[in-house]
Amino acid sequence: MPTEQTLFGGNGRKDDLSYEGVRVLDPTEGIDETLDLTVEAGVITKIEPGSGGDGRIVAPAFVDPHVHLRTPGREDEEDIASGTKAAAAGGYCAILAMPNTEPAVDSAAVLGALVERAKDEAEIPVGFFAAISKGQDGAELTEMVELAERGAAGFTDDGRPVASPGLLRRALQYHAVTGRRIAVHCEEAALSRGGHVHEGLVSAELGFGGYPSVAESVMVGRDLMLAAYENQPIHVLHLSARESVDELRSARSAGVKASGEVTPHHLCLTDEAVRSLDSNVKMNPPLRAEEDRQALLDALKDGTIEAIATDHAPHARHEKDVPFEEAPFGVTGLETAFSVLYTRLVEPGTLSLAALIDRMSAGPARIYGLERPRIAAGAPANLVVLDLERTWRVEESGFRSRSPNSWLLGQTLKGKVVETVANGKLVHSA
Amino acid sequence: MAEVTPLIRDELLPPRGPGRRHLISIRDLTKDDVERLLALARTFSASLDREVKKLPALKGRTVVNMFFESSTRTSSSFELAAKRLSADVMSIKASGSAVDKGESLKDTALTIGAYDPDVIVLRHPHIGAPQVIADVTTAHVVNAGDGTHQHPTQALLDLYTIDEELGGIAGLHVAIVGDVLHSRVARSDIQALVLMGARVTVVGPPPLIPRGIEAMGCDVSYDIETIKDADVVYVLRMQKERMLEGANYVPSLREYTARWGVTPERLRQGQKVMHPGPMNRGVEIDPVVADAADALIERQVRSGLVVRMAVLYDLLTHGPVEVKVAEIEAVA
Repeated sequence: MPTEQTLFGGNGRKDDLSYEGVRVLDPTEGIDETLDLTVEAGVITKIEPGSGGDGRIVAPAFVDPHVHLRTPGREDEEDIASGTKAAAAGGYCAILAMPNTEPAVDSAAVLGALVERAKDEAEIPVGFFAAISKGQDGAELTEMVELAERGAAGFTDDGRPVASPGLLRRALQYHAVTGRRIAVHCEEAALSRGGHVHEGLVSAELGFGGYPSVAESVMVGRDLMLAAYENQPIHVLHLSARESVDELRSARSAGVKASGEVTPHHLCLTDEAVRSLDSNVKMNPPLRAEEDRQALLDALKDGTIEAIATDHAPHARHEKDVPFEEAPFGVTGLETAFSVLYTRLVEPGTLSLAALIDRMSAGPARIYGLERPRIAAGAPANLVVLDLERTWRVEESGFRSRSPNSWLLGQTLKGKVVETVANGKLVHSA
Repeated sequence: MAEVTPLIRDELLPPRGPGRRHLISIRDLTKDDVERLLALARTFSASLDREVKKLPALKGRTVVNMFFESSTRTSSSFELAAKRLSADVMSIKASGSAVDKGESLKDTALTIGAYDPDVIVLRHPHIGAPQVIADVTTAHVVNAGDGTHQHPTQALLDLYTIDEELGGIAGLHVAIVGDVLHSRVARSDIQALVLMGARVTVVGPPPLIPRGIEAMGCDVSYDIETIKDADVVYVLRMQKERMLEGANYVPSLREYTARWGVTPERLRQGQKVMHPGPMNRGVEIDPVVADAADALIERQVRSGLVVRMAVLYDLLTHGPVEVKVAEIEAVA
């Protein structure tokens, strides 16, 4: 049975790099000091006391556990090359891609083809989720053991909930064999149907069909209970509601092996943003109330939520250039995640830089059993170089992603990823 | 054609407000804006009694009516309002246009925008459609109803009618009864009435009252008896076409009508009953009440015409500096 996670692509050059007098910050290794760092043939070889410092910070590169690469099927929106280049620009050394493609990643054949393409096309290492159910239609279980053997990084029907508790229970039972985490998109469709935005004061006033918090939390509760009953780990994708956070916290304290993730947009925005009727603030789950945002922040700080995930969801321009109500759910995030979280949360003092780096790097790696990016002699170089003083304007022309549906277009952010090293290769330099 | 002297002279007009691009939501308006528009509408209403009703105020201006959802009263009202002000009017409907061929709203807007219309009036089934038009054209956009969001000119004509009928709005109590959840009219009316100092209570079965609506400044009641306290009872249409199948908002129309239908027994003497139309007689409104309300409903239609004349005129004459001020001249 598969034990170690394997990612695909991002191979090739192993670079020699040196950083003199930089602030090195690796919260997990307990490092925060000015050092000289040497990388030879892609491996960190020397870490020595340094002096001076030009304001740059070197930290472990980021891991995004939730990316839609839209491949196969919608390569006009994103493909492996453009998506992994966007990730490199955002400071990521590894990403995990969701299986809700056309066709869905529900067979060894589809997964195998993706793995082969990634070896040629991926700028940074990428892992692929496989679906829990065939065609993600919630009826029949995929061949999970074979998929795990062929390299599936985890299992999810993301984009949709696993409506049947019976099916989710079977998937959890197979986790005992595959060792690949089950990740759940928690949405009770009978409650979210017809909903476009969070059900609350803003939806009442604007007239939108409401997507209530309880549509998420009722499913989070159910899925955590199933995981507890089967005594298998589970990961809750893109948490948005405070009631869901409460469910996750109490399950964890009861000993359930449960993890959770949150997106930059749910940490920075509330449903007030929907008043703009900008289709780039329409996503699933929807932006919720300020109390929800605060609960997510608290959970991120206390470690209940271990990972920040972008849920990077590219959409073709013509699909988003429609009235809000007609627009599909989803926004991009790979290229702006660090900067917006630094600008909105770290600079004002809400979140420490060390916590942000941990939740963007070690946290997601730990959940999925990936090798943790770390700054240690002998470790493969997975580094990000940050310039916290640099401000930049988010412009469509600057995106490596094929799709422009960012909620940050036109905004000025502080803090920029100036270099990314993924598996020993310099993949981004700005 | 007979010589017509200009009805609107600058010195007779209420003071101008700051320039405004669009009328998409009642939220776009201040109390002063509303007062100015109502005063302007009153000025225009004098023209309705003239033998020759056409005014030259918007001569040479182009108003495009884009109606992508069925409408009788609003589309005819906007068309006539623009014509009465001598604007050139073009009407586009979804059926029979390129929309039938799958053209996106943005592309339709770009096509129409190429003619440089001064105003685009839009009725659309989806929230956010007016923003798309505003983003891609240089025209002033007037929202004639976008999904369940807003219908600001309906609210203005309701204010106008109430003001005419009861001699003021501030301090009145208005009960809005029925399917509030799916009603853009209710949302615009609540905002407009609260803005003008009226007290508003929404009444209906819990599933049809949006959670959190109190934040708009209204009270909520599930008891139909509440309407007896109101000066005006505003009855909403049951919007069956907007209800999701199997959503069980009401178990049956029979149950709804029995509990929340507006009947003569549930009203008291002297109450004014309004309905935005079209009515489902025997569902949300008893036929006897509907007949009694007819007179006011007819006045709402007349109000609609002058209010929409006021909105069009106001946008084109009080607009931002780059918009030329309409020249007021006599029609020879």
